[in-house]
Amino acid sequence: MQHAPASNSASTDTPDRLNDFVIKLANVNGTGSASANTLLMKSIFRMGIPVMGKNYFPSNIQGLPTWYEIRISRDGYVARSGRIDFMVAMNAETYAKDVREVSPGGYLLYDSTWPRPALLKRDDITIFGVPLARICNETFQGVRARILLKNIVYAGVLGALLDIELDVMRTLLGESYANKKSLLDSNLKALELGYNYAKERFACPLPLKVRRMDKTADHIMIDGNTAAALGCMYAGATVGAWYPITPSTSLMDAFKGFCQKWRIDPETGKRNYVIVQCEDELAAIGAVIGAAWNGARSFTPTSGPGISLMNEFIGLAYYAEVPAVIFDIQRVGPSTGMPTRTQQCDLMLAAYASHGDTRHVLLFPNSPEECFYMAAQSFDLAERLQTPVFVLSDLDIGMNDWMCPTLKWDDEYRPDRGKVLSAEQLEQIEKFYRYLDKDGDAIPYRTLPGTHPKGAYFTRGSGHTQYGGYTEDSTEYQIVLDRLKRKFETAKTLVPKAVIDSRGSTSLAIVSLGSCDGAVREALDLLRHRGVQIDYMRVRAFPFGQEVEDFLAAHSQIFIVEQNRDAQLRALLTLETAVEKSKLHSILHYSGLPISSTAIVAGVLASAPEQRLAVGV
Amino acid sequence: MSFIAKPKVAHPGLPRNELGLTRRDYEGGMSTLCAGCGHDSITAAVIEACWQMSMRPEQLVKLSGIGCSSKTTAYFVSGGHGFNSVHGRMPSIATGAIAANKDLYYIGVSGDGDTLSIGFGQFAHAMRRNLNMLYLIENNGVYGLTKGQFSASADIGSKAKKGEANLQPPIDPVLAALTLGGTFVARSFSGDKEQLVPLIIAGLKHRGFALIDVLSPCVTFNDHEGSTKSYEFVRDNYEEVVHADFIPPAREITAEYAEGDAMPIALHDGSRVLLRKLDPSYDPTHRGKAFNYLRDKLAQNEFVTGLIYIDESSPEFHDMNGTTTTPVNQLSYQQLSPGSKGLEKILARYR
Repeated sequence: MQHAPASNSASTDTPDRLNDFVIKLANVNGTGSASANTLLMKSIFRMGIPVMGKNYFPSNIQGLPTWYEIRISRDGYVARSGRIDFMVAMNAETYAKDVREVSPGGYLLYDSTWPRPALLKRDDITIFGVPLARICNETFQGVRARILLKNIVYAGVLGALLDIELDVMRTLLGESYANKKSLLDSNLKALELGYNYAKERFACPLPLKVRRMDKTADHIMIDGNTAAALGCMYAGATVGAWYPITPSTSLMDAFKGFCQKWRIDPETGKRNYVIVQCEDELAAIGAVIGAAWNGARSFTPTSGPGISLMNEFIGLAYYAEVPAVIFDIQRVGPSTGMPTRTQQCDLMLAAYASHGDTRHVLLFPNSPEECFYMAAQSFDLAERLQTPVFVLSDLDIGMNDWMCPTLKWDDEYRPDRGKVLSAEQLEQIEKFYRYLDKDGDAIPYRTLPGTHPKGAYFTRGSGHTQYGGYTEDSTEYQIVLDRLKRKFETAKTLVPKAVIDSRGSTSLAIVSLGSCDGAVREALDLLRHRGVQIDYMRVRAFPFGQEVEDFLAAHSQIFIVEQNRDAQLRALLTLETAVEKSKLHSILHYSGLPISSTAIVAGVLASAPEQRLAVGV
Repeated sequence: MSFIAKPKVAHPGLPRNELGLTRRDYEGGMSTLCAGCGHDSITAAVIEACWQMSMRPEQLVKLSGIGCSSKTTAYFVSGGHGFNSVHGRMPSIATGAIAANKDLYYIGVSGDGDTLSIGFGQFAHAMRRNLNMLYLIENNGVYGLTKGQFSASADIGSKAKKGEANLQPPIDPVLAALTLGGTFVARSFSGDKEQLVPLIIAGLKHRGFALIDVLSPCVTFNDHEGSTKSYEFVRDNYEEVVHADFIPPAREITAEYAEGDAMPIALHDGSRVLLRKLDPSYDPTHRGKAFNYLRDKLAQNEFVTGLIYIDESSPEFHDMNGTTTTPVNQLSYQQLSPGSKGLEKILARYR
C-alpha cells in the first residue's frame, strides 16, 4: 500500500485531465452519502464545468453497497466514460472490487481509522488514507451525526485535492440548510476539517483537478422524473393515479410537491388537482382512463411490471378511444428483475400492449429536458388522437441528475384537447355518432358526460359500430378496426420527428433512442476523429415517420444501439418500416448500468471491417 | 336487442316529473337479458328512481364491468353517458371519473362475479375511498354468460342446475361492506320495488359510497329447487329490518309511524331518509350491532334487507382530497399552469 506523501505524483498527470475525469464514490446505502455526493457534483456544476452524476443503488433501504459516479467533462459528454480516475472507497465490503476498478494512474481515498492494508494492494494508483471516522468521533456528538458527517469530511478532502472552490461548496451547504442553523454549522465544520486535513498532508491540488469554466450558464441539473412531473403540471394535468414502483415513484412525488405549491386555490386553499394512490397498477390505469373519459388530463407513472398489469385496460383505451398518458420509467426485467438498474426493455411490451390488434404511440425522451417537453406533448397527442400515449423514459434518465439547458415555457401554449364537442356544438347537430370519421383523418369526435343529452353515448370494449352501437357484425366491426389502423397513420404525422445528424455518409449509420443518445454522440466524435464517416438518427417516437423510412433507405449498413438483450428497437424497425433486415446490426448493452461510448465504438469497428481497413485501425 | 331503438312515442297522458319528463325519457335500449331476469326489474327500479328524482338525464353517469348485470347500464337513461369497461374494474373507472367531475350522479352496476371475485379488490378500495356513487350489485350467485358456474356469493349447500352442491363459504358483500367502512349499506330484492326504489334514490343522494346488494334471481341458471338465490327461496327467506322512505327537501313527513320506529336521517342536500324500523330493537347507525344482527339472521338462513347501515358524517373522496369546488375537468388552463415566470422560480433550486 502506498500512503500518499506530501509529494504524491500520479503517472497520468497530463494537463489534459483538467476538467476531464471520473470520480466514483462507493458507499453503504442509508448512511447519508447522497447529500455529500450531490454537493460535490453541484459544486463542480456551479463552477461552470459540465458534469454528470449517476447513482447505482440497491433495491434496499439500509446496509447494501451503493455507488455514485461523477463524470466531469469539459466537452459536455453525458454518458459513462468507462474510466474511474478517483475512487472514494467508503464501503469495506466492496473494497476489493472498488480498488480493482480504478484506472491505472488513478487515485483512491479510504477511511484509514481502521487499518486495511491487505485490501488495498495496487502499485499503479495513488492511495490516500484519511481517518474520517476518527475525525468525526473527535469532533461531533451522536452516532447518527458522526456517520452522516463522515461523508461531508470526504467531500472536503476531495475539495482540496481536486481544487473545488471552497466558497462554492459552502454556499451550497448554506442553501441546503438555510433553515437549520445547527446542521449548517456542523456540515461547514466537517467540510473544513476534511479540506484542511488534505491541505496539510497532501500535495493539493492533484494534476487531476477542476478549474472554473463558463459552460453551465443557463443550464440546470435535474432528474427526468422531476422534469416529467413539471411537464405534467404545465400540460394542465389534473388527475394523477399511481401505485408506487421503483424507479417511477419520484415522478408522482415531484408532481405532488409542485401541486402543493402551485395548484392551491388562493382563496379557499383547496386543491386544483386530485392524486389517487391506488391499490395496484390495474386500478391506477383504470382511474386514468375514467378521468380522461370524463374530460380531465390524467396520467400514471409506472415501470415494466406495472405495464404488464395494465395490459387489459390499455386495450380498452385503444379500442374505446380514450386518451391516457403512461410514463414507463424502464428498469431491468424480466419479472422483478433488477428494480434499481436501467434498461430499455419495454419497447415491444408498450408498442403492442394488450390482446388483439393494438398499436400504441410511444415517445422516447433522451434526457430530463425532453422528459419535460414530451410530458406536455404526450397529453396533446393522447387527446388529439384519443388513445394511450406512452412516454418511455428509463431509470438512468428518470432518477439521475442530468445537466440540461434551462427549461422554457411558452405562455402562448394552450392544451390541444382534441375533438370534443361542446354543448353549443351538440345543440346544433342533429345526431351525434361517436366513432364516425367525419374529417377523413380517422379521428372521431367525442363528448363528455354532463354536457348535453344529445352527446350521450355508450362506451364499450365490446364490438361496436362507427355509430357507437354494440355489434357482432363482421363488416361493422371491421369498419371501426380499419379506421383505427388509419388513425395510426395520422399519428405518424403528429409525433415528434427523429433527430438526424447527417454528414452525408451513404453507407454507415447509427440508429438509437432515448438514454443511449449521450453515449452515441460521444462515440460519433470518437469514430469521426478516427476518420469513420458515420451518420446518426435518434428516433423519438413510434409510429415511425417518413423521415425514419428515408434515413433507413439511404444507408447500407446501420448499427442499432439499444439497451436490451433482444434488440427490440431493431425488431420494431423491421416490423414497422420497409427496411431490409440484413442491413441492421445490433449493438446491445443490457448490464443494467447505463451504456458507455466504448461499447459503441468497439461494436462499430468490429462489424465494419471495410471501414476499419479504410481508416487503418 | 339493445341496438334496436325502442319506439319513442309517448302517450300524452303519461305522468310528468318536475322537468316535464315522462318515465319513457329515462329508458334505455331494449334489454337482451332472459325473460324474467331479476336484473330487468332492477333496471325498471333505477328508471323509476331517476324519474322520481327529476334528474336531468345527462347528469347521470353509468359505469359497469362485464357480465349480465353490467350490460344493464345500456338499458336505462340513454341520455346519460355509459361506460361498460373491463371485468371487475369498474370501481377504478369510477374513481377516475369522479376525480375528474364531482358534480354528476354516478351509478355503478356490477354482479356477484364482477364484484366478489375478479373485482373484490377494487370494490373494497372504492369503498375505502368513500367515492360518491351508488354501487349496485345484481346478485344471483351464478355466472350466467358462461352458463351456470357458482359465483363467490353462492351459499354453502346451494345447488347448481345439475345438482352439484357448493361447498365453499360465500362472500357476503353486505358483511364485507360493514367491515370495510361502507357508509351506506343496503340489501334488497329485485322483486320488491317498494323497497328498492327509495333505496336507490337515497343511495344516489348519499354523500359517499352507497352499496345496495340486490338479490336478483337468474331464471335460467339458478332458479331451481335447492338454490338459495331462486325467486321462491328469496321470497320465503328475506326479512326487511329497516324500510327507507325518501323524503325530498321541503316536504313534510306526513305518514304516521309508531313512536320509536321512525328515524329520520338528514342527507346533505336537505332531503331526508325516513327509516321505518320493522324490528324496533335494530339500530341502523351502529356498525357493530348491524353486523351481529346480520350474522345471526344469516345463520338462520334469513336475508336481512333494507337500509342496514347509514353514516352521513364521514368525509367522502373529495373531502379527504381537499378538492376545489369547481370540478377539476372544468378548471381553466390559467388556473393550472404557473406560466414561464413560475417556471423560472421553480428552476432556481436546480441551478
